[in-house]
Amino acid sequence: MTTTPSGLNEVLQRTFSFPKRHFLSATDLNEVEVANLLDLADGFVSLNRQTSKKLDLLKGRTLMNLFFENSTRTQSSFELAGKRLGADVVNMSPRSSSISKGETLIDTAVTLNAMQPDLLVVRHGSSGAASLLAQKVSCSLINAGDGQHEHPTQALLDALSMRRAFGRIAGLKVAICGDVLHSRVARSNVALLQMLGAEVRLVGPPTLMPAAVDRWNAAVHHDMRKGILGCDVVMMLRLQLERMDGVMAPSHREYFRFFGLDREKLAFAADHVRVMHPGPMNRGVEIDSDVADDLSVSLIQDQVEMGVATRMAVLTSLAARLDNGR
Amino acid sequence: MSATAFTNVRLVDPATGYDGPGALLVEDGVIANVARRAVLGKLPKGCETIDGRGAMLAPGLVDIRVKTGEPGAETKETLKSAGLAAAKGGVTSIVVQPDTDPVIDEASVVDFILRRARDIQLVHVYPAGAATKGALGQRMAEIGLMAEAGCRYVTDADRPIVDSKVMRRVLAYAASFGVLVAHRPADPWLSAGACASEGEFAGRMGLPAVPAIAEKIMLERDLALVELTGARLLVDQVTTAAALESLRRGRDRGLKVTATTSINHLSFNELDIGDYRTFCKLDPPLRSEDDRQAVIEAVATGLIEIVVSAHAPAPAEDKRLPYDEAAPGAVGLETLLPALLTLHHEGRIPLIDLIRTVTCAPADLLGLPAGRLAKGAPADLVLCDLNAPILIDADHLTSKSKNSPFDGRRLQGKVLMTLVDGRTVYRA
Repeated sequence: MTTTPSGLNEVLQRTFSFPKRHFLSATDLNEVEVANLLDLADGFVSLNRQTSKKLDLLKGRTLMNLFFENSTRTQSSFELAGKRLGADVVNMSPRSSSISKGETLIDTAVTLNAMQPDLLVVRHGSSGAASLLAQKVSCSLINAGDGQHEHPTQALLDALSMRRAFGRIAGLKVAICGDVLHSRVARSNVALLQMLGAEVRLVGPPTLMPAAVDRWNAAVHHDMRKGILGCDVVMMLRLQLERMDGVMAPSHREYFRFFGLDREKLAFAADHVRVMHPGPMNRGVEIDSDVADDLSVSLIQDQVEMGVATRMAVLTSLAARLDNGR
Repeated sequence: MSATAFTNVRLVDPATGYDGPGALLVEDGVIANVARRAVLGKLPKGCETIDGRGAMLAPGLVDIRVKTGEPGAETKETLKSAGLAAAKGGVTSIVVQPDTDPVIDEASVVDFILRRARDIQLVHVYPAGAATKGALGQRMAEIGLMAEAGCRYVTDADRPIVDSKVMRRVLAYAASFGVLVAHRPADPWLSAGACASEGEFAGRMGLPAVPAIAEKIMLERDLALVELTGARLLVDQVTTAAALESLRRGRDRGLKVTATTSINHLSFNELDIGDYRTFCKLDPPLRSEDDRQAVIEAVATGLIEIVVSAHAPAPAEDKRLPYDEAAPGAVGLETLLPALLTLHHEGRIPLIDLIRTVTCAPADLLGLPAGRLAKGAPADLVLCDLNAPILIDADHLTSKSKNSPFDGRRLQGKVLMTLVDGRTVYRA
C-alpha cells in the first residue's frame, strides 16, 4: 500500500527548473537560485520525516554515483536522495572497476555516459575533476567534492541548517575554523555565505591558510578565541590527520590545545552559538566530544539530515531542466 | 648550383643592428650578397627571384630549449616532426633537451641525435647533454666527452640540481672545457607537488602552489656558486619579478650569467588557466600578471637576452586529465615567432630587439654558425609577413602533440618561407 506524503503538493509548487545543466561550484549560483533551492530543500525535510517518504519526481531517471574517494556519508546521502525521489541509483566504486586498470578519468566518463545516466554525482581527489568531466558527458553532473576546490552541496546544506536554526543567514557571524588550505568545504562555504550576506571569519594556524587569503574578503585569525568572539556559528573543518605530526602542525595535542573546539573556547562565541562540522569528526583533535554531542549547541546531526533534503532539491531542480530540454 | 634572390624585403639583422629595406642573394647554401637600400645587381643564371612585397627577411630562429620524444617517446614527437614544426615556425636551429629515454648523458647518445638530424635533413639540431648521469643530480656526466661529440651545453633540463656540492663541481668542471651549464632555478622543496603559482587564483581554485620566491632562492644559490667558481651560467627560464631582481644584481657584480625566458611566460598569466585548462599547465607554472609584465620589461631592457619556445610536446592522454595529474608543458615551435611579434605590434619592444632574442643572442652564446645576415654565412632564413593575421588551431599544428596554449588565439605574423643552408624547408 502506498500513500502520498502529506504536504507534497505544497512542495511540488516550490520546484523550479535550475538554469544550468551542471551543479559544479557554489560560485556559479546566484541568490535567487540559492533561495529557491533552500525553500525546496526545506519542503523535502518535512516529507522525509514522514513514514512514507517515497516520491516519484525522478521516476525513470538514473542516478549514478561515481566516487573516486571513499565517502560513506556523502555517497549514501546522494543514494538516499535519489531513491526517495524514485530514481534508479547505481553506485560505481572505481577501485573495483577498470579505472584502477589504467583507464583515464575521461575514458571512464565517456563509458558511463554511454549508459545514458541522467544525473552523475562525482567525487574526485583532484581540483577541477568535476568540471573536466562535465565537458565530456551529456547528462547533468553534480560535484560532490573535487580535490581542494569545492563541495557545493555541502555549502548548501550548511546554509539550510543555519537558516533553520536562525531564520536567516544575512548578518550572521560565521567562523570557519581549522584546515582552510585543504578544505573544499571551506571554499564553497565562503562563496555561498558571503553571497547570502553572512560575515565570514577564517580561523586557523597560518600553515593551514591559503596564500593571499587576505583577499577573500574575510577576517583571518590565528588566535581561536579572538576568531570566534561573538560568533553565531562556529564551523569546524575536518583535519586530515596525515597532515599533522610536524608537517602542518606539530602534533594532535598541540593542535587541540590551540585550535580544537572545547567549552572553554566556545564561551567566547555568542550565547546562542551553534556548532557545525561536515564530518567525519576527529574527536579530541579538532573538536571535543563534550561540545560535539551537546544537542543544545551542535547542529552536526541536523547537517546530515539537511544533506539528504538538500541533495533531493538539487537533483529535482536539475532533472526539471532535463524535462524542459525534451 | 642553386640560387635564390629575395627582393623588396625588410631586412632585419640584429647582429649589425640593421632594420630596413633591402635585398638578399642566396647561392650554394650561403648568403652571397646582402644589399641594403639597394638592388642586388646582376643575378646568377637560373636564379629564382622572390618578391618579398615588404615582408621581413630575418635570420632563421635559433631555439635553444626544445624537447622531442626521440629517443624513447616517439608518440609525443620525433626529431622529424619537431623539425617540420620548426621549419613551419621559421626556426632553423634547435637545441634538444637531454631528458629523453635514454638520457643524453654520454657521447654515443649525442652522436645518435646528430646522426638522426643529418639523415632527416630539415633544420639544424644540436643536443644539450645532461649535467649529471641520468639527469639525476648526483654524479657528473661525461661532460668533456659529450662536448667533443658536439653537445652545446649541459643541463638537467626541468630538474634542478639540488645538491649544492654537485652543482659547484659541475660548474667548475664544465668551465674547464668551455662548456656552458644551464640550470633551472627552482627550490625543489617549495615546488614539490605544486602545479600553479601561489596566490589568490591558485588558492581559490584549490591548486597546490609554489611561491614565486622559490625561483629566486635557487637563483641566488646558483649566482653565489658562479661567483665562487668563475664559471658561466645559463639561467633556464626566469619567470618572476623576484628572480629578475637577483639576476640584475648578479649581472651588476659582473657575473657571467645569461638568462632565458619562455614565450609562454611572455604571453600568458595564471588567469589563463581559467577553468583548469591543462594546456596552460607549464613548468615553471604561469605566473601573476605583475610577473609577466616584469619579464617583458626585462626582455625590453636586455636583462633577459634569450627567448625560448620551451617546446614540450604532451599528447592528449597526458593532458586530458585532472589538472594536478596532467603533464606540464606546451608545444611552441610553430607559434614562437608570431607570439613574439605580439610585443612588436603592441609597441612594447622594437622588432629588431625581439628578433635578437631568438637569433644572434642564442647563436652567439652557444657559438652556433647561425643568427646573422652576413655575406658567407649559412643561408638560414625566415621570410615572414609581419602583419598577416593568423588563427592558431591546435588541431592543425604540425607537431605530433597538439598541446598549445595558443589554441584559438589570433596572432599577427605569418611565416611565408623558411630556408636552411639555402634549402627551402617550408613554404606557405
